[in-house]
Amino acid sequence: MAHHDPLIATDIKAYLDSQARKSFLRVFTCGSVDDGKSTLIGRLLYDSKLIYEDQMAAIERDSKASGTTGERPDLALLVDGLAAEREQGITIDVAYRFFSTDKRKFIIADTPGHVQYTRNMATGGSTADVAILLIDARHGVVEQTRRHAFIASLLGIPQVVVCVNKMDLVDFDQSVFNAIDVDFRAFADGLSFDDIMTIPVSALNGDNVTTRSDKADWYKGPSLLNFLEETEVDRESLEAPFRLPVQWVNRPNLDFRGFSGTIASGTVSKGDEIIAMPSGKRSRVADIILHTQHLEHARQDQAVTLTLEDEIDISRGDMICRTDHPVDIADQFQAHLIWMDDNALFPGRQYILRSTNTSVTGSITALKHRINVTDFSEVAAKTLELNEIGVVTLSLSKAIPFDAYSDNRKTGAFIVVDRLTNRTVGAGMIDFALRRSKNIVRQDLIVDRTDRASQKGQQPTVLWFTGLSGSGKSTIANLVDKALFERGHHTYTLDGDNVRHGLNRDLGFTKEDRIENIRRIGEVAKLMSHAGLIVMCSFISPYRAERQMVRDLMEEDEFFEIFIDTPLAIAEDRDVKGLYKRARAGEIKNFTGIDSEYQPPVRPDLRIDTTVTSAADAAEQVLDLLRSRFRLDDPKLVMRDGGGI
Amino acid sequence: MNTQSLLSSLEDFAQRSGQSVSTLSRKLFNDGKTVVRLREGGQLTPRTLEKACERLEELEREAAGPLGLELSHLDRLEAESIHIMREVVAQCDNPVMLYSVGKDSSVMLELAIKAFYPSPPPFPLLHVDTRWKFKEMYEFRDSRAKEAGMELIVHINPDAIAQDVGPFTHGSATHTDITKTQGLKQALNAGKFDAAFGGARRDEEKSRAKERIFSFRNEHHRWDAKNQRPELWDIYNARVKSGESMRVFPLSNWTELDIWQYIYRENIQIPGLYLSSERPVVKRDGTYFMVDDDRMPMEPGETPEMRSVRFRTLGCYPLTGAVESEAKTLEGVIQETLLATTSERQGRVIDSDSGASMEKKKEEGYF
Repeated sequence: MAHHDPLIATDIKAYLDSQARKSFLRVFTCGSVDDGKSTLIGRLLYDSKLIYEDQMAAIERDSKASGTTGERPDLALLVDGLAAEREQGITIDVAYRFFSTDKRKFIIADTPGHVQYTRNMATGGSTADVAILLIDARHGVVEQTRRHAFIASLLGIPQVVVCVNKMDLVDFDQSVFNAIDVDFRAFADGLSFDDIMTIPVSALNGDNVTTRSDKADWYKGPSLLNFLEETEVDRESLEAPFRLPVQWVNRPNLDFRGFSGTIASGTVSKGDEIIAMPSGKRSRVADIILHTQHLEHARQDQAVTLTLEDEIDISRGDMICRTDHPVDIADQFQAHLIWMDDNALFPGRQYILRSTNTSVTGSITALKHRINVTDFSEVAAKTLELNEIGVVTLSLSKAIPFDAYSDNRKTGAFIVVDRLTNRTVGAGMIDFALRRSKNIVRQDLIVDRTDRASQKGQQPTVLWFTGLSGSGKSTIANLVDKALFERGHHTYTLDGDNVRHGLNRDLGFTKEDRIENIRRIGEVAKLMSHAGLIVMCSFISPYRAERQMVRDLMEEDEFFEIFIDTPLAIAEDRDVKGLYKRARAGEIKNFTGIDSEYQPPVRPDLRIDTTVTSAADAAEQVLDLLRSRFRLDDPKLVMRDGGGI
Repeated sequence: MNTQSLLSSLEDFAQRSGQSVSTLSRKLFNDGKTVVRLREGGQLTPRTLEKACERLEELEREAAGPLGLELSHLDRLEAESIHIMREVVAQCDNPVMLYSVGKDSSVMLELAIKAFYPSPPPFPLLHVDTRWKFKEMYEFRDSRAKEAGMELIVHINPDAIAQDVGPFTHGSATHTDITKTQGLKQALNAGKFDAAFGGARRDEEKSRAKERIFSFRNEHHRWDAKNQRPELWDIYNARVKSGESMRVFPLSNWTELDIWQYIYRENIQIPGLYLSSERPVVKRDGTYFMVDDDRMPMEPGETPEMRSVRFRTLGCYPLTGAVESEAKTLEGVIQETLLATTSERQGRVIDSDSGASMEKKKEEGYF
């Protein structure tokens, strides 16, 4: 291994002391497939003599089996670690490699070039200081080059070094290099890089990788490694406002209360006056603790624990700031969003947004436009598919502390998590807050929902009937409505007939429109429940996520999901409205059960099998459910929390 | 300040800041070659010297920030690991820390103590035992857990006890599968842990280099290498459904050298097996193995010999090769490590089967 420093052999202690002060750079490689990213990293490691003998022996063995370089060792095999990658000779996921020179330590993230793995490329790029963008000298700037440059710029990476690779295949022709250089700079003019460097290289042969090559004597700049060693990175601006996102409250006993977190920006000193957001409570820093050390000052990137002079209530998700520059809080934003999941983004659907230290539910209220990454044009879109990038507005269930991403890469970033699959489906960068939330101060109603319900001698309740078209939802809902009405309850039924023709007449039957349809119905049902009504909602509502979204709008105990379980064959056989026949004939598109999916409830509050239950019995079962949960009693007479019942 | 002291300050700063001398030369004198000229005996006017000194001080101040706070590479790695551990405790209901008694586990435990100080780390330690570790490891394990004030859970696969599984009788692959892979799954299921810290590093092995810091496992503890959750910035998604779990690797971005440097800097306790000592060994297939107890069958004509050896990694003693060494101090070990020409996992029997062997084991639930 290339720890060539003679100090190692002569004075190991002096060597260790000098090593402890090395600077540090995070780099990631990107570019189109087959531009040679893995080979370049393999070459950097190989030429820096950072490959152990046993690793090299394994590479030589593997090169014969699956290498793409004939007799020579295939250096890409040093980084392509997954079996599928080695078999296919491509990179699927980010690989992290580590190496150091006398001047610096490096972490290199090797990211995939294929379009379908763009999300992995963004993973590798999010923490980088410098992007190495490879371009095949024979092909020049291609779509994937533009895509990756755009994402690197979007992620706020300040510097890009463009390696025009495979120069050996164009005989180190200067005009080829210059043409690509001009082309890239013209394109990157619209991006946010502070600095662009272009270098002609051959990763395969090592030209201009670690040392200058004499084959391109017209090139006067540094080798790639030289550039990476020398480049100055404005990684931390210690002058930036102090931000400590509180990660964890440290409370071992009643005498100690510390707030732990990693400082996102700026510095803090003992005695500084601080403000906790969003509560706005103020105090002073009593102590800065890092294990057994008590620090006078701390800075960005240190993971510390603060204690304060006053007992103020601070919890995870809050942000401690200095009083001179408190962080903003908001619940509505405009953001850039990279979509990363096979299931497309659906505006209106509830997702979880996770910022550096908190998570809240929220939805994308509008997709303003999609960005065409090849020319940065804005394209109207109803959804974002995998790897697409758009500008969106977001609405969160509660206000969070934030900075714009352009001001702070830590406190301006968020990820989007799907509530059902728990997958990370998107990555976002906050542009700015929409101040609308400040203007809509909710009217503090003097007569509250309990009063309204109590007046009617019932508890506000939403009965949500879901099932295929023709399953019998409306028939059963109407029987329940009638029975309740006859017993003196105050009810209303929402169904396709009274919603589709008015409130939602602008919506069709695509997936996006179905989601919006259900969202609006959910909001109407919520208003009606606030009025104290028992609301019957009878809608196919095919997607689990939307039914969950409606459930989340309501109070915990007032929503009941009733699954009218009728097999498709029977519903189609009944075909009360003749719709199935038309769908089969292709006259109706996106018909649930035929060419559009129905996701049955996993745990409905009540499941009615209509093949063995008559409509009248079904209605009786629904009424039993309501009685057993005391929904038909005056709320002021029903004990909460099971007290005494 | 004279020209000589300016030159030595400049070289020192170049070393610390990772900038080349010629870059600094340009910044101080507007000429990349001036420093070379001065080294060769060139002279400066007093006024130029004064201005250069001022400029260098200014650069030093800028690099150190307003309060003179510099963070080294190790400080950054430490902070990142602490951040990861706190995030797990904040997001997960029932985490556990896998403790395998080696040097990486020692560093991980030290970082956990730092992350939650003055509270003790709010999770137990779990050692999945094979009954074939070095004797010294068991003593070290028990004393460290006690000092850290943490609960220590030791799990041995009952099937391994019932069938008396061992590497000599069942072969290394079966032994490892039953005691480690199956044993780990049993222990994680029994504890209903939704997150488990492991001390793996990305520089160890190629499939590890591909793994996320928060690595999702399904209810069968399987890793889906081709379908990992994107992981951006320092925002981690630890959400799982009941039965699923996260494996979390706080040392992902550490290298072997970083681990040694940190052990040296922080004076962290590690088992004595890492330091050289006269130990009874036999040589098999070119590798020395320590005869740690009488369960190791001797081949015809084979007798243990005393040699000065140490171990680069620790595991089951019959599967862990020793290297000959005279390094009896930590500095000596680090020195030899830096000069080594083979990787540390070479001594491990488990890795050499095939290139994708570790990936396969991980998919099946191995750590």
